[in-house]
Amino acid sequence: MTITQTKTKSPALDERVAKRSPFQKLLGRPEVGALVGALVLFIFFAVVSPTFTQPNALATILYGSSTIGIMAVGVSLLMIGGEFDLSTGVAVISSALTASMFSWYFSTNVWVGVVLALLVSLGIGYINGWILMKTKLPSFIVTLATFLMLTGLNLGLTRLIGGSVSSPSISTMDGFGSARAVFASSVTIGGIDVKITVFIWIALVAVATWVLMRTKVGNWIFAVGGDENAARAVGVPVKATKIGLFMGVGFCGWILGMHNLFAFDTVQSGEGVGNEFLYIIAAVIGGCLLTGGYGSAVGGAIGAFIFGMANKGIVYAQWNPDWFKFFLGLMLLLATIVNLIVKRRAELK
Amino acid sequence: MNAKQIDQQTLLQNEKDPLTHTPVHLLSLEGVGKHYGNIIALSDVTMAVDNGRVTCVLGDNGAGKSTLIKIIAGLHQHDAGVLNIMGEERKFSSPRDALDAGIATVYQDLAVVPLMPIWRNFFLGSELTSGFGPFKSMDVEKMKAITLKELAEMGIDLRDVEQPIGQLSGGERQCVAIARAVYFGAKVLILDEPTAALGVKQSGVVLRYILQARDRGLGVIFITHNPHHAFPVGDRFLLLKRGKSIGYYDKKDITLDELTAQMAGGAELAELAHELEQLGGHSEALKEVKAEVAVVADAVQAGAPGHG
Repeated sequence: MTITQTKTKSPALDERVAKRSPFQKLLGRPEVGALVGALVLFIFFAVVSPTFTQPNALATILYGSSTIGIMAVGVSLLMIGGEFDLSTGVAVISSALTASMFSWYFSTNVWVGVVLALLVSLGIGYINGWILMKTKLPSFIVTLATFLMLTGLNLGLTRLIGGSVSSPSISTMDGFGSARAVFASSVTIGGIDVKITVFIWIALVAVATWVLMRTKVGNWIFAVGGDENAARAVGVPVKATKIGLFMGVGFCGWILGMHNLFAFDTVQSGEGVGNEFLYIIAAVIGGCLLTGGYGSAVGGAIGAFIFGMANKGIVYAQWNPDWFKFFLGLMLLLATIVNLIVKRRAELK
Repeated sequence: MNAKQIDQQTLLQNEKDPLTHTPVHLLSLEGVGKHYGNIIALSDVTMAVDNGRVTCVLGDNGAGKSTLIKIIAGLHQHDAGVLNIMGEERKFSSPRDALDAGIATVYQDLAVVPLMPIWRNFFLGSELTSGFGPFKSMDVEKMKAITLKELAEMGIDLRDVEQPIGQLSGGERQCVAIARAVYFGAKVLILDEPTAALGVKQSGVVLRYILQARDRGLGVIFITHNPHHAFPVGDRFLLLKRGKSIGYYDKKDITLDELTAQMAGGAELAELAHELEQLGGHSEALKEVKAEVAVVADAVQAGAPGHG
């Protein structure tokens, strides 16, 4: 989380700029609301449940967070770019089903299926973005349509090809072991098993943060989300940027889909519905504005971490899990109110 | 006191580039027209822009000013007439195309992204990068330093280029947009109603930036509906009305009063007077409008041939 804060010393420091303390700098960041929320939630669960702060429990929480967080990276960037995607939840399953069904049906090495799944995931992103830019319809409508179509395709094709609602087991096929090692293994650190998705998640956040803060593509992402027409007028390739963002979401969906597949070995074709909201919630809690142009990848990660803590914390505190959704809703409301205040302040002259 | 229109034939033949003394304009339009479906937005407009000169385009709402600049800026394509850049016929397919030809536009809404820092806005679409291949990153410190320096040269002394551009005043934002265009090697600078939303003092500041850009050797196209803003800075004046050119003057051939009279349109005022008369009960307003009609009629009779 220090990546966005690293700033080399400016050569021309103006004496009229009062030195801001690190605390004040932090207050100006998009993810500040989420960070405060995460701290409060962490302390709260640490107090009510002694097991919550055990290393093993933390590894479990991080794992839970990473399965949301990996998608939240792509979704956060997309939201900063001014669009959002309702098809992500089922697109993850589509990707997993593609890999599993293809390699099973044609009896290929599973890696063939994995590569095909990547193409399908990027393709779904491309189609979403292309239709959006072509028709100028709101992304809500376009991706809602994709969501419904993918839901139907997942169920229909799985039954048509495999004759069942879940994909056949591929655990004995060639390449399963190596694919599992890449997408669903654990790394032991100090006697604690940490799932590999946690590291993939952290790596994705780091790359996304670098892209956003330090590359021209990042500049374009902020611009197309902040004011699409202004961006176009100064020569930003708006269409390519937005389509690229949707494809980025597709890429994240592919990683999560592969994890889901190789962590078990079969995929339920009806899964994934509703998860798209979790990713969007993580991004919004993390400070991404629904209207675009503002936010950070780190924010989405904190949002996902809040989700993981609330999800597992309730279990560790031995409460009824019914309360989970209430927590999530409350966090969402509080975080968006904080974001609103931040944006108003930024727009004030 | 004789507002004689520039003869459009001689205008395009006899002018010379002040730097190279070649007989071409930096930018010129000849009989340019544009229609949207069956709506004729612009027809037969002829004008020229030269280095270190300000060409003002004046007109009321709906006169075709926006269509004109959209053609020059590459947002729309004209479907009649010729657009020449340095004597070469061009038709821009995108704003990027026009930018590459050295035409920068400062739009009414400024084409800035309010939530983004000033330096990011300054370099938006033309970011400086260092490194190779996929590891190319922006040269942030250099970009910040250049932003600060360029703005200082335009007379805006900013404290922090990291603040969102939305926090600047209208005049300052205008200045950032102009400085950006100048820095990126614009030869022609189009300013779309830069003073429309500004107060008197801020307008003065923007007019000063226009002169500064002119003194740097840019050809400036200044779009406005306010002759009081156009006259002090302009070298040539193109008057548009309902998509047609109603006059094209050199500064030496016209006075501010005549310009105002042409803009105001004596006929419209007379019509307004007539309508007020029919309504009745607005005697004071009517008196004022009638006085205005008389003034305009005087100015028109004194100089310009009967237009409008």
